Amino acid sequence: MDWDWDFVRQILPTLIQGVKITILATLLGSVLAAIVGLGIALARRSPNKAVARTVGWVAEFIRGTPLLVQLYFIFYVLPDIGILLPPLVAGVIGLGLHYGTYTAEVYRAGIDNVPRGQWEAAKACNLSARQTWTHIIIPQAIPPMIPALANYFIAMFKETPLLSAITVLELMNQAKSVANTYYRYLEPITLVGAFFLAISLISVVLLRWLERRYGKIER
Amino acid sequence: MTQWSGYFGLILQGALVTIELTLMGSVLALIMAFLAGLGRLSRFFALRALATAYIEFFRGTSIFVQLFFAYFVLPLLGLELTPLQAGVLALGLNVGAYAAEVVRGAVQSIGREQHEACIALNLGRWQGMRHVILPQAFLVMLPTFGNNAIELLKATSVVSLISLADLTFQAQVVRAQTGNTMVPFTTILLIYFILALLISWGVRSLERRMARGLDGVRV
Repeated sequence: MDWDWDFVRQILPTLIQGVKITILATLLGSVLAAIVGLGIALARRSPNKAVARTVGWVAEFIRGTPLLVQLYFIFYVLPDIGILLPPLVAGVIGLGLHYGTYTAEVYRAGIDNVPRGQWEAAKACNLSARQTWTHIIIPQAIPPMIPALANYFIAMFKETPLLSAITVLELMNQAKSVANTYYRYLEPITLVGAFFLAISLISVVLLRWLERRYGKIER
Repeated sequence: MTQWSGYFGLILQGALVTIELTLMGSVLALIMAFLAGLGRLSRFFALRALATAYIEFFRGTSIFVQLFFAYFVLPLLGLELTPLQAGVLALGLNVGAYAAEVVRGAVQSIGREQHEACIALNLGRWQGMRHVILPQAFLVMLPTFGNNAIELLKATSVVSLISLADLTFQAQVVRAQTGNTMVPFTTILLIYFILALLISWGVRSLERRMARGLDGVRV
């Protein structure tokens, strides 16, 4: 089967529709993962042991099970108990929750990496707990985390094709529907691969820059 | 009341396929990891370039797209694969690319003095690698290999989309036949989690076994 440029030109607009949804899902998922991750990281540091334990186990469970099954769970099981979500919303929640458990570890490491002396100095300066977090710990903890967080957002971007399994019309699903309509798999699937490779290579460059700019931290 | 025992047998069959895929994928990933990881450290530019291209390509595109490429596009190029072969190929090559970076990092983390000691003992490059560097580096790699194996286990759920009857696929079958979503999906989430726990437990005990007698040597 030969590569057909006319066919490529014909299907490109459809694929670009899919690209938009892919990017939208990645952005929303990243925001949700950043928030969920911070929530989990803080909950695991909670003085209440029961809360810390429970959140720790739930996070461990989410990290140990496949994203695809979690997506199915959100999309097919939740309607049974009366929560009916549109595919894209279910997908974003799945991505955000799954990667939130990973970003939680990044937050944890970032917070732990702030030297003890900083906590003690804050106490010596008579800062309250809130002031210590907002003025001392968080400003020092965030910059080294940025490359690691970006790394997970790129990983999430590469997982978005899974959303096609719960009928989100993102790039992979558009490619599959095009392929099924014309019964030509070569061009659509290759284009999807090329698209992901291109974005990943660009993001590698971006990541290197972020690391130089912010990170002393090892990837 | 539905005959759950029969359906549970179906899910267990799926679990066997998932385990089989994970094992075979891990073996391929391990081989690729050492080939590409050591390739990146080679003296020869061509080998380094080849290994880097492999790693960047498979880390840069998503497993989902690679799987579809292997299953739908390779036959058009004259390479017919069964779903199982396509699954093992995509999983092994994908995770192998990630693990290759682990191999490279671990080998580079071994101190200079070990390399110098090899030269002092008149060991060849291969001998030094085989008898001095790799045994030490392998211990550094093990924990991350464990994580990679869990990633591989989770990625196997994707093969259900190319009609391979793994856990996720069987859960969909049960869902279609019984109309119940909660039970099959909760069951497979638990099975995946238990398998992930087994892997991390196995790797940890392997690590303990291999670290025996190395106390004080490791930094």
